[in-house]
Amino acid sequence: MPSAPSPRRKSKDLGFRAGTGFFAALVVLLVAGIAFVLWRESRLSIAKFGFSFWKTKTWDPVSGDFGALPFIWGTLYSSFIALLISTPVALGIAIFLSELSPRFLRTPLAFLTELLAAIPSIVYGLWGVFVLVPLVRKLEVWMPEGLRKSPLFSGPPVGVGMLAAALILAVMVIPFTSSVAREVLKAVPQTQREAAYALGATRWEAIQVAMRYGRTGILGAIILGLGRAIGETMAVTMVIGNSPTVTWSLFSPQYTMAAVIANEFTEAADDLYLSALIEIGLVLFAITLVINAASRFLIWSVNREVKAPAPTNLAAAAAREATTL
Amino acid sequence: MTVTKKSALVGLCATLLFGSPMLAQNTQINGAGASFPFPVYTKWFSEYQKLHPNVQVNYQSIGSGGGIRQLSNETVFFGASDGPMTDEQLAAAPGKILHFPTVLGGVVPSYNLPGVTATLKFTGPVLAEIYLGTITKWNDPQITKLNPGVALPATDVTPVHRSDGSGTNYIFCDYLSKVYPEFKQKVGISTSVNWPGGVGGKGNEGVSGLVKQTPGAIGYVELIYAIQNNISYGEVQNHDGKFLRASLETVTEAAAGAAKAMPADFRVSITNAPGANAYPISSFTWMLFYENPKDKLRAKLMVDFFKWALTDGQKYCAELGYAPLPKEVVALEEKALAKIKL
Repeated sequence: MPSAPSPRRKSKDLGFRAGTGFFAALVVLLVAGIAFVLWRESRLSIAKFGFSFWKTKTWDPVSGDFGALPFIWGTLYSSFIALLISTPVALGIAIFLSELSPRFLRTPLAFLTELLAAIPSIVYGLWGVFVLVPLVRKLEVWMPEGLRKSPLFSGPPVGVGMLAAALILAVMVIPFTSSVAREVLKAVPQTQREAAYALGATRWEAIQVAMRYGRTGILGAIILGLGRAIGETMAVTMVIGNSPTVTWSLFSPQYTMAAVIANEFTEAADDLYLSALIEIGLVLFAITLVINAASRFLIWSVNREVKAPAPTNLAAAAAREATTL
Repeated sequence: MTVTKKSALVGLCATLLFGSPMLAQNTQINGAGASFPFPVYTKWFSEYQKLHPNVQVNYQSIGSGGGIRQLSNETVFFGASDGPMTDEQLAAAPGKILHFPTVLGGVVPSYNLPGVTATLKFTGPVLAEIYLGTITKWNDPQITKLNPGVALPATDVTPVHRSDGSGTNYIFCDYLSKVYPEFKQKVGISTSVNWPGGVGGKGNEGVSGLVKQTPGAIGYVELIYAIQNNISYGEVQNHDGKFLRASLETVTEAAAGAAKAMPADFRVSITNAPGANAYPISSFTWMLFYENPKDKLRAKLMVDFFKWALTDGQKYCAELGYAPLPKEVVALEEKALAKIKL
């Protein structure tokens, strides 16, 4: 090891540390700045509506009565359904690519999956309007009468609506979740799988062991997908039907926070209207923050389990010695 | 590079960057606003620049609301809007703003009914009830009564509206509010309203796309988009009781009828205008100027451009699908242009 750094090296080192520290501080300042501007510009709307803004269902620009509930509902509902659809598919892709696929298929398949992530949102929207929506409508029309009576599938079969939005979000989220999950599974040490096989596990059981080992990272991958789904704007607004309604029905046109801001911001001429839209932005920001905090907490609590001593179990003992992900 | 070579290069670049505009004496004028007239304005600005190479007009179609806001903040020289400014907006501006109609647009009800090839007839009240959700099926007696002889299926009506704020929305709501008081009460008139149900599409493209894709859908779009996308659109009953299919002539007729009662500031709604051949869902689109602009040079150039637009410019309207202004209105505007203090 070199001895104490010379003054010249120390100042260079300091400069490096100060520089990178500055960039890190810049990011924090940026986020704080965004939050501050959002709050400042929505003060008019906050003063008028207070907390009832989060509970009101009406969105009426003519009478000046604004409420964010339909948009909060639409955003959370569409994102969670998208997550429900995309998680098994994405994990399936990750498992296949890391464990089961023949070596020659791995790179092209991985490349194609990642290509999905590179497609711009508006292109997804166009594909959604011309391909997905007619398919969804065919599905809605085909749905048997008995199911149509349930609140989940009620309403006229329009095509555009929550189901189409959730499907398109699922497609957009899959490449993110699958590529992170694949990296996580690749990082699981071979000793884990070997230990499982040594104990007489089948292929699928060995995969389960690997997944259990990397569950923190996989959870992180899923949350990453959720984050993407919540903020998605253009693709959603083209297929969700843009109607502020709060309903469980997957067939019904609904609305999300990002979509309403994108649609109505340019024409919002009066101050209260503008302020209400910015307050929706603030609500979206707050919800994203809460979800990210909750996911961090979830990952931390899962992590604790990995670190804590496990009962007599060879695989778990091997996990203890290996580094956590 | 040596110091002298470097500074020579910098000097050359500076001269090229800053010198050439000065050599050509180009004046750039910035405007922003409505997206509806964007194609015809772009055509006008490019044709005018061919005649006057030193005048370069840059127009951003950010929406009527954006145009009004930018003009009030004085970040652009002129604005454009599909709906006239309200009294509050005018009062909030730093100076008096004048409205000048430029072209006319029409809004048509386009629909998608597989199996029905005839052109359907609608009245204002029927359209209002469709959008209010009172009429839910295509074979509703109110629609079949207007269209005897057409076999209308029992398909659900899906009313499609604009999800983004727009002048088209304003015109349509203005018309429905005039002919059906309950609509005015429940929904109101604005660029963005609270529709009781239905599906929202973004832009004329979104609405026409949704109508094309959804059997049983009805949506309101600009006349131009309906023509260009080959969507069937219906006839609407006008003020005098005649069922008219929108066309450039019938839209111009609506303005000609309104010219007699034109207010001095041109802020008039010409929906449901009287006249045998007047299409009921028509509207002006306006350019907005300050009466007393600070930049006199640009003001003079803009007034000259506008005089050209009112006369020679109108001949470019038809090929793009816009209805030209009737000569009565042009005459009134030429007189009003004198109000701008140059």
